[in-house]
Amino acid sequence: MTDQAFVTIKNAAKSYGSLEVLKDINLTVSRGQIVAIIGPSGSGKSTLLRAINELDPLSSGEVWLEDVQVNKKLPHRQYEAHVNHVRQNIGMVFQHFNLFPHLTVRGNITLAPRMLKGLSEAEADRLAEEQLAKVGLSEKIDEYPSRLSGGQKQRVAIARALAMKPKVMLFDEATSALDPELVEEVNLVMKQLAEEHMTMIIVTHEMDFAASVCDRVLFMDQGVVVEEGPPSVIFQNPAHERTRNFLRKHLSR
Amino acid sequence: MGLDFSVLPDYFGILLMGAGWTVAITVCAGILSFFGGIVFAVIALYGHWTLRLPVRGFAFLFMGTPLLLQLFLIYFGLIQIGIDLPAFVAGVIGLGLHFAVYNSELIQASILAVDKGQYEGARTLGLSRGQTLRRIVIPQAVRAVIPPMGNNMIALLKDSALVSVIGVMELTLAAQQAISRTYRPFEFYLAAAVCYYIVNLALEAGLRRLERRIAASR
Repeated sequence: MTDQAFVTIKNAAKSYGSLEVLKDINLTVSRGQIVAIIGPSGSGKSTLLRAINELDPLSSGEVWLEDVQVNKKLPHRQYEAHVNHVRQNIGMVFQHFNLFPHLTVRGNITLAPRMLKGLSEAEADRLAEEQLAKVGLSEKIDEYPSRLSGGQKQRVAIARALAMKPKVMLFDEATSALDPELVEEVNLVMKQLAEEHMTMIIVTHEMDFAASVCDRVLFMDQGVVVEEGPPSVIFQNPAHERTRNFLRKHLSR
Repeated sequence: MGLDFSVLPDYFGILLMGAGWTVAITVCAGILSFFGGIVFAVIALYGHWTLRLPVRGFAFLFMGTPLLLQLFLIYFGLIQIGIDLPAFVAGVIGLGLHFAVYNSELIQASILAVDKGQYEGARTLGLSRGQTLRRIVIPQAVRAVIPPMGNNMIALLKDSALVSVIGVMELTLAAQQAISRTYRPFEFYLAAAVCYYIVNLALEAGLRRLERRIAASR
């Protein structure tokens, strides 16, 4: 682990018309670091996460992954090629899994590596087996997503993202759509990734998980980072009234 | 003069051959209407205006005028500008394009109904717009559209009778030939109707099997 900046967000701002959803946000994540972004809904945390891989491009500001600017201003065609390329290094896991229902688990995992990295069928199969073993779903390789539980779907989605060997993983409320008893299996996979020093940025409503896994916690409200620090400080001794109010509501549940 | 079905067996061969041609023209036009429908739908939704406008005009023409007229135009009209198509080919093109336009409407709606998360999931992995469309969106849209498109295929089978007017020896024309020799229209039209019905049952059974097979992958 080094302290060198891995993901850097500089002066990020985004507005829809007159509505400012992100206001001058700066964030540096170093290699292997795990950062949680918490905050009330509508605080801009998902928007910030989705700006990192250009799903929701910023209005102004910069996003860097190592020494590559993700949101480089380029002519349309070059921009598309550039974005398609950097996205291969940024894995993302969504609240609603977004598995491809017309493909088996194997197809879901091997599609992008085969199309974009030119892996042979055998290589891609091996990769799928490897990644599925990691999330504990080897026996589901030939099932369609419709036959899986929510927790299993999310674990396949994680395996699919990992198969591209990303440098950083983004989690957008990965457990919010799951039944309570299925949350733990997904959390376990994420913990395992943490132990492997995967760089992760996690938008979550689960304070216990953020507290136990993350190195740093950002509390966002109304498009700004209100405060950030190690979980021990944010959760036990927050400096701001807004953070205290938010945590009171969330921890009492 | 009563009904006399005893003449039917003598003309069984002609009717069977006619039914064979009906199936052939339905299958060929069905395939053309399926792929044509996908191409038209993609152009209508994502094409450059230089492609989109002609396709829209074409769709308007095919939806707004009678199929019979379109068949006449393709078979008899095109000869004047040097395109002399065999009747079967003209029939397949006319029926195929006519139903491609209807299929395109269904596929467009179905493409637009694919969940936004599917685009995001694919784009996030690094797939381009075109790759996402080809590998993720269209396969899902086509699966969703198979039940309503099945109705179009059944309509296509029935409308294939129209190509008899340009001389394709399909079921309806075969029945007419038999009638012209026996003067027994009721018997032979009824026999042709039974043949259409049997082919239709087979088509429906095939569609149901296809629907069941793709059920898990939706």
